[in-house]
Amino acid sequence: MLSDAILRWLHVLAGIMWIGLLYYFNFVATAATKEATAAGEAGPIAKYVTPRALLYFRWSAVVTWVFGAGLLGSITAANGMNGFLAAFSLQSNLAPIGIGAWLGTIMLFNVWGVIWRNQKKILGIVPATDEEKAKARRTAFLASRVNTMLSIPMLFFMVTGPHQSIYH
Amino acid sequence: MKNPLDSLWGTIVCGVVLTVLLYFAAAALVAHAGSV
Repeated sequence: MLSDAILRWLHVLAGIMWIGLLYYFNFVATAATKEATAAGEAGPIAKYVTPRALLYFRWSAVVTWVFGAGLLGSITAANGMNGFLAAFSLQSNLAPIGIGAWLGTIMLFNVWGVIWRNQKKILGIVPATDEEKAKARRTAFLASRVNTMLSIPMLFFMVTGPHQSIYH
Repeated sequence: MKNPLDSLWGTIVCGVVLTVLLYFAAAALVAHAGSV
């Protein structure tokens, strides 16, 4: 169906932006900001780059999840259950993609509930003492690393979900 | 003990190990679904 194809297309486009920015933060920005801070040149990164990257990062996470949920809801599992319910209750042929969906959901909560909440303190959007900022930096860093770790199995289950033969 | 998530390689290795563990869990769930 055309609507399924469009949902899948938008889900993948938004997912590339989300995970692409997650990898940018973990593989590029963390080390680059550390070096720039040591050289006294981190100001422009924090002022111009990080807020924009975080804006696209957190909203692309929402868009990815919404289109993914819509896509699951539009299909029917082998046991006749609605695809969304079957995936999230790890039932029938949708159990593998359901694991991916749960990992993606945990990652979404991490983005909004941990990373963004702490980044607001680091960027000065909400008031915080230096001690609170240092703690927020460590918490946001670890949450971002947890998401990078979870992205590895999440993507495995997303791309192998339709290939049931590997699970038999 | 050092947190493996402090290094990129530690993060990647943890992700791969988690993938293997969850793969076996998924295979068990699919086998269970096929047997009922």
